[in-house]
Amino acid sequence: MHSDRIKEKTINNRKMKNDIILSGVGGQGILSIAAVIGLAAVENNLFLKQSEVHGMSQRGGDVQSHLRLSGKPIASDLIPSGKADLIISMEPMESLRYLPWLSKTGWLVTSSNPFINIPDYPPLEAVLNEIKKIRNHLILDADAMAKEAGSLKAGNMVILGAASRFIDLPFLSIENGVRKLFIRKGDDIAEINIRALRAGRRIN
Amino acid sequence: MQKLLLLGDEAIALAAVDAGLSGMYAYPGTPSTEIMEFIQASPEAAERGIHREWSSNEKTALEAALGMSYTGKRAMAAMKHVGLNVAADTFINSAITGVNGGLVVVAADDPSMHSSQNEQDSRFYGKFAFVPVFEPSDQQQAYDMVFDAFELSEKCKLPVLFRITTRLAHSRSPISRKAAQPEKKMKMPDEPRQFVLLPAIARKRYRILLSAYESLKYDNRISKYNTFRDGSNRKLGIITCGIAYNYLMENFPDGGPDLPVLRITAYPFPADIIRDITGRCEEILILEEGYPLVEEALRGLLDNNLKILGRLDGTVPRDGELNPSIVARALGLLLAPQLAVPEIVKARPPSFCKGCGHSDTFNAIIEALRSFGMEGVFSDIGCYTLAALPPYSFINSCVDMGASVTMAVGAADAGLFPSVAVIGDSTFTHSGMTGLLDAVVKNSPVTIIISDNSTTGMTGGQKSQATGRLEMICAGIGVGPEHIRVIVPLRKNHDDNVRVMKEEFSYRGVSVIISSRECIQTASRRKRSTTEK
Repeated sequence: MHSDRIKEKTINNRKMKNDIILSGVGGQGILSIAAVIGLAAVENNLFLKQSEVHGMSQRGGDVQSHLRLSGKPIASDLIPSGKADLIISMEPMESLRYLPWLSKTGWLVTSSNPFINIPDYPPLEAVLNEIKKIRNHLILDADAMAKEAGSLKAGNMVILGAASRFIDLPFLSIENGVRKLFIRKGDDIAEINIRALRAGRRIN
Repeated sequence: MQKLLLLGDEAIALAAVDAGLSGMYAYPGTPSTEIMEFIQASPEAAERGIHREWSSNEKTALEAALGMSYTGKRAMAAMKHVGLNVAADTFINSAITGVNGGLVVVAADDPSMHSSQNEQDSRFYGKFAFVPVFEPSDQQQAYDMVFDAFELSEKCKLPVLFRITTRLAHSRSPISRKAAQPEKKMKMPDEPRQFVLLPAIARKRYRILLSAYESLKYDNRISKYNTFRDGSNRKLGIITCGIAYNYLMENFPDGGPDLPVLRITAYPFPADIIRDITGRCEEILILEEGYPLVEEALRGLLDNNLKILGRLDGTVPRDGELNPSIVARALGLLLAPQLAVPEIVKARPPSFCKGCGHSDTFNAIIEALRSFGMEGVFSDIGCYTLAALPPYSFINSCVDMGASVTMAVGAADAGLFPSVAVIGDSTFTHSGMTGLLDAVVKNSPVTIIISDNSTTGMTGGQKSQATGRLEMICAGIGVGPEHIRVIVPLRKNHDDNVRVMKEEFSYRGVSVIISSRECIQTASRRKRSTTEK
């Protein structure tokens, strides 16, 4: 965590295509991650489809969202199996649940902090070992970084920041998205979330 | 104009507002809830004074919508698929009465049962009632179709069924808006007896309906939504319905397959368009989300010579939601290699929120009922159904809205004692009150526990019609005042609550225990919204 400078991507809208699986446990804020990416995609005139889980599973169950960005019209709301470019997960075991969607060259970015609300949650070491078997993975202590940024609740923005390097959107657009989403909760909340986003982005 | 990023549900709601809607009627139910929620939050709807209050259930919602249509104004009723069962009496008969102002009924089906008790296909209701059905395949089409649905409804004087599925309802996509239309002026029906379904009138209206349904097949507003695209490879032709089209196209990113494709998104359609494709292809693959409705129609009883692939011959799984990979497999395409889910990954079912009042209610019920040697209660549909799972595992039924009350009555009729039902506040006012009246009239030895969290919790905390009225309602139905007990489900009250339950379980007559504490989700949301402002 030494440099504030972030290399901006130039995006080629025509060829741009990112298929992202967001995962976590109900209430961890994956829909806010999706909303930020959505706002950034709209700012860049991209096509987008984002499938969400509402209803029963939101009560502490596993939740996921399929988020698809493209320079061309998108047909399916769901990502075909084996074709996701990125899994962004708020919870380590949940990141593994969606491996059948991850492409061979895809990235898995997850928080290392387990959410234990079931009696048979596996040993954390075993979970992290499975994640480390994936060729491209990034594991980070989102809770600690979010706390440092000012609120434990901003863990989702830490994870988004870390994952943003694998999303073909200008970081500035993502930052704008965070501001737009959180500004209605007040300037201070928006600032904390932007700090969390930046902290995530700087992780190596 | 900048596009708006909207859920399928929200696109439908916005279109209704833009098409001059005057009244929106609904009861919350996944995946349809966000239609009403969008209109409730819409500044235009507020400014125009569009009616947008929740109804007690889907039947009262559709009846009110029909009443608004009676006055010549446009109305929409929205519900989940099983909600249409509740409203079925109104729905079927509204086809026979016909409508005056445009009436669109949205049914949101839930294939794969993400949050439901079955995966019934509402398109059958369209056929059953003889009304047009729209089945959009994407969010923009959903938006656009609502305008045609209202126009068609007014032109053919029939309600229009608008069928969507979970994936469209709960997926976001950018939407471009059309110019907004003004609301319709009030104008009573030209035919004053139209809505009076006395047998003599009903017979006449039914014949009118049957002939209207035939001519619908050739209406431009239907036919423009069923499109055929030829291909040079005639070995296989493909028919897609609704959202299945997207899963087909996903497998051919460079503009679609070089096969004849018939895309169906509106019903009823004439046989000609099917003959167009069956006439030129050796085999037909049918991709539809839900039951094999078109497939069964094509096969007929005798399975004519045509080779048909679909859900009935196993080319596509018989149940569950479609996806691009299922369609790829049906077409014999190569799938991308897949990683397996590691064995250490465990199921994570939904559970009560920390501090939920339902869990305290169930802790008391379990202790009290076990002292009678009983394991389990009749229950109902809502968050409290989660008490079917460990560590509670104390629910023996969850069938339909309100069934807990009347199943407890039936079991008591058979001699079960104590016979106990647990139902939520909103479910009780939806369909539990009439069952309670049955119990009161015959003085059934049952105890009905209303687990009152003062909201419609499972669908995200919508207003409950029951809030502040439960004691009055139970007394009004005729439950003896000494057997209407109100408790507060908190850990510190556990022993008292168990005692109250034991007393009422021992009573050989109707008793109601209202276990009342606000849902912690709505309570904390309320706190947040007051501190943020």
